[in-house]
Amino acid sequence: MVHGLEWTIKDGFVYPNEFIYWSIQIVMYPYMTGLVAGAFVLSSLYHVFGQKDLQGIARFSLVFSLALLPTAMMPLLLHLQQPLRGLNVMFTPHFTSAIAAFGIVFSTYAMIVLSEIWFVYRKYFVEQSIAMKGQPGFANNFMHILYSILTLGATNMDDAALVIDKKGVKILAGIGIPVACFLHGYAGFIFGSVKANALWMSPLMPVIFIMSAVVSGIALCMLTYIIIMEFKKFKATLARGRGDETVKELGGVEMDVISKTSRYLIGFLVAAISLELLDLIFRGYTAMKSWDILRDVMFHEDFVKIFILQYGLGNLLPFLLLMLPKPSIKRMVVALLLVLFGVFMMRWNVVIGGQAFSLSFEGFMHYHLPIIPHNLETYKEGLFGALTVVTTPFVIFWLINKIIPSLQKV
Amino acid sequence: MNANRRKFLKNALTVGVASSLPLSAFKLLNPDEVRASIGDDNVRWAFLVDIQKCVGCGFCVKACKLENEIPYDAPITRTWVERYVVTKDGKSHIDTPMGGRDGYTSARIHDQDIPPEEITKAFFVPKLCNQCQNPACVQVCPVGATYQTNDGVVLIDRSWCIGCGYCIMACPYGVRFFHPVTKTAEKCTFCYHRINQGLQSACVQACPFGARQLGNLKDHDDPVTKTIMTQRVSILKDEYGTKPQVYYIGLDERVR
Ligand code: SF4
Ligand code: SF4
Repeated sequence: MVHGLEWTIKDGFVYPNEFIYWSIQIVMYPYMTGLVAGAFVLSSLYHVFGQKDLQGIARFSLVFSLALLPTAMMPLLLHLQQPLRGLNVMFTPHFTSAIAAFGIVFSTYAMIVLSEIWFVYRKYFVEQSIAMKGQPGFANNFMHILYSILTLGATNMDDAALVIDKKGVKILAGIGIPVACFLHGYAGFIFGSVKANALWMSPLMPVIFIMSAVVSGIALCMLTYIIIMEFKKFKATLARGRGDETVKELGGVEMDVISKTSRYLIGFLVAAISLELLDLIFRGYTAMKSWDILRDVMFHEDFVKIFILQYGLGNLLPFLLLMLPKPSIKRMVVALLLVLFGVFMMRWNVVIGGQAFSLSFEGFMHYHLPIIPHNLETYKEGLFGALTVVTTPFVIFWLINKIIPSLQKV
Repeated sequence: MNANRRKFLKNALTVGVASSLPLSAFKLLNPDEVRASIGDDNVRWAFLVDIQKCVGCGFCVKACKLENEIPYDAPITRTWVERYVVTKDGKSHIDTPMGGRDGYTSARIHDQDIPPEEITKAFFVPKLCNQCQNPACVQVCPVGATYQTNDGVVLIDRSWCIGCGYCIMACPYGVRFFHPVTKTAEKCTFCYHRINQGLQSACVQACPFGARQLGNLKDHDDPVTKTIMTQRVSILKDEYGTKPQVYYIGLDERVR
């Protein structure tokens, strides 16, 4: 079966070898990478800039960004025609290629996140390994060994050592911000540097990607945070009744953190939209040869996807919802879901929209996402492949939380 | 064996081992550069297409599919022939069904009948990989599976390609595709396996009208080189800076 034939419909004059080769997984790839970077930036707001009231959500987003990390690579692997050779990129990196350099940036970033988490939780690891020592039962024994390994032998708990831990966190969070931005900027560069593609080819692409990455990362962390807090409230209510003080207190903390974080969200959202509009206006104003076909794609073929779904539903509406006075949790949830949707649509419109027109500038290609998989390819590059990628970070997060309780004060 | 000779052999062996060690490490890291040492430095392959001679019979497309084992009925091809029909209203009607494999016998283009009296000009344009001097596809391949030989042909290592499709995205000419059987990136190689042996490319051999020719740009007596040097020839999509090495005679402004 010819790759791409299954989901591509051609219209007008299209070169014979042209198909939508970069399908849903390549939409997922910058989306997931963006979430990683965004979650990390949110956690650094507390560690580096000392935004005290963000402490709770900062710890959580740091661990969450670790859970998201492997899923940034997953779509790439699922998309490769030769997935078993995926590691070749590490053996024989070809440095003129943006994808090869991405592997290096990605590993560096992973190291930073891991070490930062280690510094944050070292004290906890030591405490746990001591507490578990000599406890009966296989599970306890196992946990004792695990925590002892996690301390990496650094069991010093005096004040000086703890100060060093704090310092380490701060330094790593500080380095982490530019690296996280670079990581995602690089994802943008992968597209922006493809000179053959009139839609992608823009030096603004990396910056646009960074901004929307931070937007999506913050939105996802806020949303997950709300869900977890609501669940806690729900459990507390069940145990103690609705009018109980602790329930009220939980609700108060939640609203506080959320409204504070949403201010950052709005800031980044404005920056992201301005950059995207700047790019669009610039293309129209300079009106290069490719503008004819780009205009056709934007204002005709993909109008609904770009202007209604992405800018309207995904940007403008949540912006208004966030700006309206007297925020409520329900309205926040709606706004956050819309923001996440908007960023997803942006990735979609860039990746799929960039392939919607033929290199001949005389025809179009329409992408039909495979829904029901009937072979490996339609699974991998179809709806269920994408859903697999989306759910994985939550599973990983749940697993990590068994060892590192990012939702409790430690 | 005398002592001198033994010493010489010993030294040669030491030097050989010592120099091959770093070399092999180099090989592991940069397969593209090592592989690129394929090819004769005194050769620069270039292609010449004479549009005025092409009649759109599609023999070249057929020959290429058979020679290079590209599944015959799959809608992908290493080379194809486009048909351009320009009507009095100034519109161009362009198509290439199955890459023009079966020739053009019907006047229908994209389900539209074009009355002959409306036509002002019509012609066929063969397309293939341009074996660019500055190939975007080589630049972007993350593992160096796409590489350029010394004689200027861009090849793909099927045993190393990871199938990311970056090269397909990067080529401004849309000549690349995934081979349905090997699941690796694929494209025209000027029939590198044939021209190396002094044979003609399959498409050049199959063309009954001499519309396709292959030559060596570094050989000034080569008839193709002579034509390229002395006639007015043009290339496709100059603006991308890829410096394509497929030259056209009689190219029309409408060709994209
Ligand atoms: S035409 Fe495309 S595939 Fe061929 S060498 Fe140039 S960029 Fe590479
Ligand atoms: S598809 Fe293969 S040849 Fe093309 S860029 Fe990817 S690894 Fe290189």
